[in-house]
Amino acid sequence: MAKVTVDGIAVEVPDGCNTLQACEAAGVEVPRFCYHERLSIAGNCRMCSVENAKYPGRLVTACVTPVRDGMEILTDTPAVKAARHGMLEFLLINHPLDCPICDQGGECDLQDEAVAYGRDYSRFSESKRAVREKDFGPLVGTAMTRCIQCTRCVRFCAEIAGVPELGAFGRGEAMEIDTYVNHPLSSELSGNLADICPVGALTAKPYAFVARSWELRKTDSTDVFDAVGTSIRVDSRGPEVLRVVPRLNEDVNEEWLADKGRFAIDGLKRRRLDICWVRRNGKLERATWPEAAAAIEARISRLDGSRIGAVAGDLVDVETMLALKDLLASYGSVNLDCRQDGAAVDASRRDFYLFNPTIAGIEQADAVLVVGANPRREAPVLNARIRKRWMKSNLPVGVIGPEADLTYPSQAIGSGPETLAALLDGRGDFAEVLKKAERPLIIVGQGALARPDGTAVLAACWKLAAACGALTPEWHGFAMLHTAAARVGALDIGFLPKPGAKGLPEMLHGGVDLLWLLGADEFDVGAIGKDTFVVYQGSHGDRAAARADVILPQAAYTEQDGTYVNTEGRVQRARAAVQPPGEAREGWKILRGISAYVQKPLPYDDAAAVRERLAAANAVFARYGVLERGGCADQAGPAAAGALNGAPFVPPIANYYQTDPISRASPTMAECARVHAPQPAPVAE
Amino acid sequence: MLSDQDRMFTNLYGLHDPFLAGARARGDWDGTAAVMARGQEAIIAEMKVSGLRGRGGALFPTGIKWAIMPKVDTPIPNYLVINADEGEPGTCKDRDILRHEPHKLLEGALISSVAIRAHVCYVYIRGEFHAEAEAVQRAIDEAYAAGLIGKNACGTGWDFDVYIHRGGGAYVCGEQTALLESIEGKKGMPRQRPPSSATVGLYGCPTRVNNVETVAAVPVIMKRGGAWFAGLSAPKEGGSKIFCISGHVNKPCNVEEALGISLRELIETYAGGVRGGWDNLQAVIPGGVSVPVLPKHVCDTVTLDFDALKEVKASLGTGAIIVIDKSVDLIDTFARIEHFFMFESCGQCTPCREGTGWMMRILKRMTEGRAEPEEIDLLDSVTRQIKGYTICSLGDAAAQAAGGLVRNFRPLIEERIAQYKAGHREPGATSGRAAANPVAAE
Amino acid sequence: MAKNDPAAVGAVQPEHFAFDAESEAKLAVILKRYPPGRQASAVMPLLDLAQRQMHRTTGSGWLPLAAMDVVADRLQMPKVRVYEVAKFYSMMILQPIGRYHLQICTGTSCWLRGSDRVAEVCKKVAGIENFGETSADGMFTLSGVECLGACVNAPVLKVNDDYYEDLDAESTEKVLEALKHGEHPKPGPVNGRQASAPEGGPIALASLTFDKAE
Repeated sequence: MAKVTVDGIAVEVPDGCNTLQACEAAGVEVPRFCYHERLSIAGNCRMCSVENAKYPGRLVTACVTPVRDGMEILTDTPAVKAARHGMLEFLLINHPLDCPICDQGGECDLQDEAVAYGRDYSRFSESKRAVREKDFGPLVGTAMTRCIQCTRCVRFCAEIAGVPELGAFGRGEAMEIDTYVNHPLSSELSGNLADICPVGALTAKPYAFVARSWELRKTDSTDVFDAVGTSIRVDSRGPEVLRVVPRLNEDVNEEWLADKGRFAIDGLKRRRLDICWVRRNGKLERATWPEAAAAIEARISRLDGSRIGAVAGDLVDVETMLALKDLLASYGSVNLDCRQDGAAVDASRRDFYLFNPTIAGIEQADAVLVVGANPRREAPVLNARIRKRWMKSNLPVGVIGPEADLTYPSQAIGSGPETLAALLDGRGDFAEVLKKAERPLIIVGQGALARPDGTAVLAACWKLAAACGALTPEWHGFAMLHTAAARVGALDIGFLPKPGAKGLPEMLHGGVDLLWLLGADEFDVGAIGKDTFVVYQGSHGDRAAARADVILPQAAYTEQDGTYVNTEGRVQRARAAVQPPGEAREGWKILRGISAYVQKPLPYDDAAAVRERLAAANAVFARYGVLERGGCADQAGPAAAGALNGAPFVPPIANYYQTDPISRASPTMAECARVHAPQPAPVAE
Repeated sequence: MLSDQDRMFTNLYGLHDPFLAGARARGDWDGTAAVMARGQEAIIAEMKVSGLRGRGGALFPTGIKWAIMPKVDTPIPNYLVINADEGEPGTCKDRDILRHEPHKLLEGALISSVAIRAHVCYVYIRGEFHAEAEAVQRAIDEAYAAGLIGKNACGTGWDFDVYIHRGGGAYVCGEQTALLESIEGKKGMPRQRPPSSATVGLYGCPTRVNNVETVAAVPVIMKRGGAWFAGLSAPKEGGSKIFCISGHVNKPCNVEEALGISLRELIETYAGGVRGGWDNLQAVIPGGVSVPVLPKHVCDTVTLDFDALKEVKASLGTGAIIVIDKSVDLIDTFARIEHFFMFESCGQCTPCREGTGWMMRILKRMTEGRAEPEEIDLLDSVTRQIKGYTICSLGDAAAQAAGGLVRNFRPLIEERIAQYKAGHREPGATSGRAAANPVAAE
Repeated sequence: MAKNDPAAVGAVQPEHFAFDAESEAKLAVILKRYPPGRQASAVMPLLDLAQRQMHRTTGSGWLPLAAMDVVADRLQMPKVRVYEVAKFYSMMILQPIGRYHLQICTGTSCWLRGSDRVAEVCKKVAGIENFGETSADGMFTLSGVECLGACVNAPVLKVNDDYYEDLDAESTEKVLEALKHGEHPKPGPVNGRQASAPEGGPIALASLTFDKAE
């Protein structure tokens, strides 16, 4: 530790930390543009000059100067002020005065610093620089004339995203940021560029000219487009969600957000179910809530519980699933499933289906084996954490499954279960790597489990984890990577077929007479039995709604408070930022209403009561947000059944941009999917 | 006047064979092993005695620079890098060493490598010097073949490899850390200090970057003694060096002379005097364009050494003497010089990227006189906002150049502005756009 | 899309580039200069090699994107880093260029001694108006470059790799006419001067003679 003073305030900071960090520790604000705590230090904006009292008048650039014990830092001397005034003037001379039409206006670092260090007139009477416009693809808007060449974006792409597509080309005042060459940014984290750009050069393209930051109502929430549970802030105005930005959460997403979570929100305004529908004479017709409830009652009251089933989709909150589970229980039905993909699972112990080492714990891992997953597509923010770990020091990463660019070097060690078996036998180089590792991390993806031999694969993965020392009292290296935000919560409340009950495959082809779909669209809807009565409760008129006999319009994740459990098992909440459209209602309330109509009222009338019921169902729901990383107490593995087969693992996500009803309704995501679709081979003439 | 016997670069003009046979005849590679046998400490001590300062323009004492390097062998290699990215306008001395004295350079590299415990040397030659790079490569091949470098160099048991790395046309790569970046295959953008390249240099290893002339001077100094070299000049001024006399002289040339020689004597002895006579002199830039310009009255008496030039707020720089007579427009000259700095700025740090272009544009207007008198102070203020705030010294140099003009030639600029104003009196015409701004300069 | 959009990249780009045998031989030597794992150091030499191969094979020494991609693959560098390097260094030519690249030094010393006049003659002989243009016959491209480092032999004109020094209008025209006729005038001072020695013979060093050793 080094003891330093900043403007007389004494602080103790770790050795090797830089002067800027010392100033922050002392609570003294130092202006900066190029410095970003999660990026390498460029030291190019020269804005963060401070003075070392030992050398009066000689300035040091705070971000690049390591602190020394006993250093006296001064930040408000005339020399420091003069330097900052000077730098700001240089930054402004070629910066356009277009704040009134700039999307960054109101949340612009340059604007803020200009208030502090700028003049109210310009001494620059030459022509300002203009820069040819760029095209970075559908997500990141550019106004490169505003660029102050801080190179944060170049460093972000190269270091955090691991997709080095941006460069600073040319030199001197002609230096421009661009892609190589006119290539749309392909990172799933590209939206973060708009956040890290200190000026309005890089902005969120779909948000262009939409709103001013001070007009927005800000609601803290949780992202549901993957199972990472990124902390987000939903910015709305009136009835509309206008943008989503990440919130700082060191345990989960640091300060990043994946592009789908940020940009799929225009799907919230399209293809919405805002009224009830009931099928009459083979045709869906508009209906009122009582009419819809009556239609359901007419059917359900005649059925035995074994002929009723329910399937929960990937975006559903735990409260709604619990309410449906309770409703079905009142009919004696335990035909529940949350796995549209059919992934094998053993819910008898929580650590059989969690990302046990935690996302932050990835940084402690010293070898990674990825089985049947592509973390880059399935959980971009989590993948950034693996990359961060790799950046720190070399990290061996082995992949069983299709080869993919994960943004860090990985070794393709096989395509399917036979490689898993080989590793279990200690065969192959990577077996040696895992054995040598002190904290090996086995990431098991849904691509390894959603297959006929899934149970055997799951058991084999656990066995491998145990064999390579990943399961110790100090370290739990078994890490299941889910893709659906709803999945872990569903498993936590047992939204699964009990032994003997029907799962999704058994409910299809007439296995049940009434099938209740909670936003479930990711299975073969055509396989539902011809005579099965389908209730679709959801927010979007997607695949399954068209097959429904009754449609119940539900609020989306931005329109209701709801609990989600991320892949680590962290219980978090999404919050209502806006009102649901039309007749749409909160999920659990819909079920509470129907339950009253069918005279099997659920025993909760308000959100607090639902949460109590939730905590009673599983104690994990009593604690929000926090999660302790523990070791593995019991090495006994999940139940094994059947043999491994030879089929290669297939990644669960083919098209990152369109995975669920909301993103499929999003024009922005459709444009991304079009731009990033594999180029068809040129046709011979 | 330095006697021919005391000149180190005896084939400066290429009058003799530059390659191994000729070099040996001039004493190169003679007793190298004995010099090396004296060891790291002794070589550094001798260099300190000689007072040799870095010849690339920064003038840092070479002995002290070497003494900062690790004194014991570490698991990571040390590197010697020779800066042959000569590009400071007015400077063309390294070129002569590369093409006419390549063996002196290699011998110097070998001895230097002992002083800094490096077994690998890269010679970074500016890309434009194609023939020069070929000459050095030929010398390297000869030296390898003769066992002078390579494994067991000169039979001393010391292994030493030399490679050429050619630049790609960027003045800023003459800055030592930009040069290292360039060798590593990146854009030539100077690095932040700390750390010093003595601890984190090429490929993250301890590295010394020395100028061609510095390294090539080492063998002779080691053989004839630091005291001899120091005695060539006034005490502490650091011996002799190559001067490049260009511009408006009758016979531009390179010449090796002792430091402390008067500017006038140097020009008149070797370069045939100022074109049109000494009284036709307008100004001299004494160390490459990075150094502030000197008006004639200073040139009349100034001597070319470290202290004297410091006293007149200039510097010895690279020893490039650019002579400017009264036939050219000095403001235009400096507008062009600032254009050079603007073009060669790497663009990394704010003050240099933005400030060089600003200064150039002000000077372009001032060339015509299309400016306000207050803008002379604005220009000066811009130079002060650059100097000392940049990552490397390119910005400093650009600021010094413009600052030197303002300091020494303010009346010239004022007169030009007045002239323009006198010629543009018609109503509505303003000279510069700054006219509307009552507080253009502070 | 964009790679072949001339508006975006400034030139019609060839689809393919590959190092030929002659270049490959040089490439192997270049790669040996740098320590293992530091192959990125070879990026400038390889780009230069590609540019020279283009000159050798097509008569126009420039660097197409396809060549940069090949270099990136060879050195296992991100393409964008190679492009950054190519755009940073002024000797990397990113657009097709004439057989002879006339590079007029516009540095201070050359300008003081009449580089403007040399430029005028170049424009006249090549039949072009501005720096950066190529003559109609594809013979000459004219560029103004910053200091070439031959200041005591000003003004200087660099033609491809060769320096022509101590030029005036007349001698410049002679050099260019010779090039036009397929000749290769001897590089160096055109007035017969000995390198950087003063005109008329050296003042320093004149007293020294050396016997050939051995």
